[in-house]
Amino acid sequence: MAAPKKVETTGLLGWIDTRFPLTSTIKGHLTEYYAPKNFNFWYFFGSLALLVLVLQIVTGIFLTMNYKPDAELAFASVEYIMRDVFGGNIIRYMHSTGASMFFVVVYLHMFRGIIYGSYRTPRELIWLFGVGIFLVLMGEAFFGYLLPWGQMSYWGAQVIVNLFSTVPFIGPDLSEWLRGDYLVSDATLNRFFAFHVIALPLVLLGLVAVHIVALHEVGSNNPDGVEIKAKKDKSTGIPLDGIPFHPYYSVKDLVGVVAFLMVFFAIVFFMPEMGGYFLEANNFVPADPLKTPAHIAPVWYFTPYYSILRAVPPIGISQFPGVVAMGLSVVAFAFLPWLDKSPVKSIRYRGALYKRWLAAFVISWVLLGYLGTIPGDAWGQFGSWLGRADRATVVARICSVVYFAFFALMPWYTKKDQTKPVPERVTH
Amino acid sequence: MIKKMFIQAFTSLTLLVSGAVLANEVHIDVKAPISMSDKASLQRGAKIFVNYCLNCHSANYMRYNRLQDIGLTDKQIKDNLLFAGAKVGETMRISMNPKEAKKWFGAAPPDLSVEVRARGADWVYAYLRSFYKDDTRPTGWNNLVFDKVAMPHVLYELQGVQVLDHETHTLKVEKAGKLNPQEYDQFVGDLTNYLAFMAEPAKQSRMWIGLAVLLFLSVLFVLVKKIKAEYWKDIH
Repeated sequence: MAAPKKVETTGLLGWIDTRFPLTSTIKGHLTEYYAPKNFNFWYFFGSLALLVLVLQIVTGIFLTMNYKPDAELAFASVEYIMRDVFGGNIIRYMHSTGASMFFVVVYLHMFRGIIYGSYRTPRELIWLFGVGIFLVLMGEAFFGYLLPWGQMSYWGAQVIVNLFSTVPFIGPDLSEWLRGDYLVSDATLNRFFAFHVIALPLVLLGLVAVHIVALHEVGSNNPDGVEIKAKKDKSTGIPLDGIPFHPYYSVKDLVGVVAFLMVFFAIVFFMPEMGGYFLEANNFVPADPLKTPAHIAPVWYFTPYYSILRAVPPIGISQFPGVVAMGLSVVAFAFLPWLDKSPVKSIRYRGALYKRWLAAFVISWVLLGYLGTIPGDAWGQFGSWLGRADRATVVARICSVVYFAFFALMPWYTKKDQTKPVPERVTH
Repeated sequence: MIKKMFIQAFTSLTLLVSGAVLANEVHIDVKAPISMSDKASLQRGAKIFVNYCLNCHSANYMRYNRLQDIGLTDKQIKDNLLFAGAKVGETMRISMNPKEAKKWFGAAPPDLSVEVRARGADWVYAYLRSFYKDDTRPTGWNNLVFDKVAMPHVLYELQGVQVLDHETHTLKVEKAGKLNPQEYDQFVGDLTNYLAFMAEPAKQSRMWIGLAVLLFLSVLFVLVKKIKAEYWKDIH
């Protein structure tokens, strides 16, 4: 028999610690996890993403208690939740608002990673896990959006599944296999429900766990992009610019959490539709396989990539290039750690060239996002000098080029960029 | 079969990629007189809905006793608004078979429970005022807001008969009805108000809960800021 592990704690905690690494886990991840002391506004969004994840899981569990994944009953069961379930309308609005706010928070979190170079060595794996979370989140949102079984749910799913039918040779069979039917139907609804409530949430939780474990292994980056572990106190071995996550960042994040919840609940209680961006009007019409809506637009968080899909011209009758471009536009983020050749991490010490490219990228992303919500001909046409092309489509094409150029040309412009000297310690 | 599927997949894709055309898009320039605090208007609207709409249109998600929210008692609901032995706890169903309705009208009348959330109150209000006589249509009626609509003008005895001036694209009353134009506008205004209430009966109450929640969070915000400042005072 092996000798019992020696622990410093006594009593019940000591009993647990000899059998389970409780105290050491709490120390390693909270009370003795040293985070840089100069986190700013942008550093709230990681913990907020975790908060929204918990909110989505909890509200989702309560919704599942009353929702019926059945093409005949789904739409009615959502209205039942809205009217007859105690607090059901609030739970449902929290879940629908939570879906959009998840993307708001995740996009801001990703932007933070980009501007401060958080994807750079030694944090490439954190970033890759993060891109994985982003992809799974998109899947989760897509599967969940079918469940209310409204017109937009139905036709949005129809359009996205049909994207797979553009794959050469196996396309039509592939999309039929995904739907489980010749068109989106009860079979599709059932499998999407399974993906939404169990399959993807499990993957998501696993990815979030490894994202955090990887982060705590290498330590957090900060707005200066300085490695705080490089300068440690000689006697204690604690980074000079590090402070324990708990209590410092736990109480600071609490401020962020309450501020976020104020925005969140203002939306939930006063404008849950968010002018049609969070809940689309057409989704209050039950799904009708025989009636195609005049204008099918995905929810706002997909529209930048949807715009890219629409912007890419077909080859012959094949829309496959657009589908590939859309896929690439999402996956492109994964390559950032290897595309960025700058000697500095943080935007604070980068030069004007990089900042201009970043600004162009952000403007393109926002414009693409907006263009994805309106029909391609909404801005009218150019004159005959441009072959009467749709204005919106031309703008979307330019933005798509800028979007990909930001990634493709990054090795060049980050090397050429005039960077500033990086301080030894964090500045503020 | 495979070919048909492929065509279907392709057409929905071209539709998506070319950016679909907005059919039936009409500019609505009237504002519906919506007021959730005007209980009298909501009660009149409920009565109009039950009398004029609830024969062809159902409201399958709306329970009769939810009308308590607009100030009616179960007894008032039972005595004035319930027909055919329905119970107050039941939803507003109709006996018309949707399949037969489709045969008669060309389209089954939609359930109106959440119609206002789908179309908007202004659209519904404008729609109810925009029927005109059109002998080319099977019902003899057409609508300026919803071209070639299958629904006949159920309220024509009240509004009278409107005709379309093809040059100005406006409607004028050819034969007056039982109500003058102001009275008719109020009538359909009350009905629209009720339909807006029915689309989300808990809208009013959620806003009150929302106020309480935000008030609580504001106080909490001040407190957590103070806690944070206390912990952080020695970090420079």
